[in-house]
Amino acid sequence: MERHVAETNRALKTGWLEERLGLQAIRELAEHKRVPVHSSMHWYYFGGISLFLVMVQVITGILLMLYYRPTVAEAFESVRFIMTRVEFGWLIRSIHSWSANLLIFMVFVHMFSVVFTHAYRPPRELTWLTGIALLGLMMAFGFSGYLLPWNKISYFATKVGADVAASTPLIGEAIARFLRGGEDVGGATLTRFFAFHVVVLPVAAAMLLMIHLLLVQKSGMSTPPWIAASKVRQMKFFPNFLLRELMVWYCTMAVLGALAAIFPWELGEKADPFAPAPAGIRPEWYFLAQFYTLKLIPSHVLFMEGELLGIFGFGLLAVLWAGLPAWAIRKDGSARTRLVVSAAVFLVAYLVVFTILGYVK
Amino acid sequence: MGADGQCTEHNCKDCPNREQPAPVARRSAVSWILSGGVAASLVSFFYPIVRFLNPPNIAEAAVDEVLAGKVGDLKANSGKIVKFGNKPALLVHVNDSEWKAFSAVCSHLNCTVQYQDSTSQIWCACHNGIYDLNGRVVSGPPPKPLEEYAVRIRADEVIISRRG
Repeated sequence: MERHVAETNRALKTGWLEERLGLQAIRELAEHKRVPVHSSMHWYYFGGISLFLVMVQVITGILLMLYYRPTVAEAFESVRFIMTRVEFGWLIRSIHSWSANLLIFMVFVHMFSVVFTHAYRPPRELTWLTGIALLGLMMAFGFSGYLLPWNKISYFATKVGADVAASTPLIGEAIARFLRGGEDVGGATLTRFFAFHVVVLPVAAAMLLMIHLLLVQKSGMSTPPWIAASKVRQMKFFPNFLLRELMVWYCTMAVLGALAAIFPWELGEKADPFAPAPAGIRPEWYFLAQFYTLKLIPSHVLFMEGELLGIFGFGLLAVLWAGLPAWAIRKDGSARTRLVVSAAVFLVAYLVVFTILGYVK
Repeated sequence: MGADGQCTEHNCKDCPNREQPAPVARRSAVSWILSGGVAASLVSFFYPIVRFLNPPNIAEAAVDEVLAGKVGDLKANSGKIVKFGNKPALLVHVNDSEWKAFSAVCSHLNCTVQYQDSTSQIWCACHNGIYDLNGRVVSGPPPKPLEEYAVRIRADEVIISRRG
């Protein structure tokens, strides 16, 4: 057995595969990659958890696509068929929905951990930007996937979402038309959202994710500024950190499986465009803070429509947040840590409080 | 034990410094439990996926008899495809007094066959299989005859049914 392994290793190093694939570079990367060991290193795991959940989404998404039919007449029925007739269909769909929500939560945790450990500092500005873009894509995945079962709640949530987009000045109406594939949410919207959800967004996300991971490889793991980089002990990524990461993935899978089995995702009632909007309608939790804020803003503020003001506000906030490395770094390359932490605490508090209020009220 | 009373080998039975094998056994037991656990959970991940891939059987209503149309709809020496359950059937009006019906599924590779009035034969366009009006193979690759159905006329309606 040992001789066999040694022979295989030798063949990989010098043989046929090495000539064609150049695996030496990967072996060297695995050999030399190090992870800093310090008191805040547990935050490093959240990027990996997000990556794991993306993989779960890809696998369960492909499985669901084997039975799902993206037409108004069949969408709801095909999901019901998956949940009631296909073996373990309820579990696969439940895992897809739970994993989607956990993924967005984990991406948020990952993002704020980057902010609080000041990992956005040079030379990692592009890693930050691609990460923010990935968060945007994940939310777009959520928005487009929400409609696909064609149930009452998702139908009206999409109507409201498209209308919010429509109130953007100048280009709003065009965006809404593009999203809906017409004047109103209907069959054309469903086909479009399906195409976005299973082709457009996955291609964009795969490319961005690759760039994001390459950038992480290039710059290595960031050490928080309060820990002197020279004194930090290092751990080999392969196999030491990787095995720890795999254990975390294993636990994530356990939590995901338990949530999906104990609280199976519901299907609701089939959407009816001529029925009134059901009471208690609200978007997915990650849009709740914005949803509640828009509810609070009066219909007119000075010369502006309330909704327009809200959209301007969110747009400005998103731009400022994406551009964080631009305003958070002094000329000498150090971070304005106090300013960044205050802004981040404020943002977390706003998101948490308004999400809860949006849920309760 | 050597001649001077000293141990020469570590596995000597009387030696007080004999090596204890216990830790190795414990390690291998832990290793078995861990790898067994991982293997069991991998099975629990992949079993539902394999079962999910297997499409459920949709119970089709078993059809033994269908109404194929009116006598006047199909002129002599012509044929038409009608639904027989979820499969196509070929109804042929041979001459004024004779009607025939077959499963329209070619026994070669499941293409749907058609009636050719010029030769009064049943033809499969996919691989040029030809059957006669008893369903028997005349030429081409089909390995078996077409299944023949019974036809009866009730008032002016043509009814096809499974034989026997």
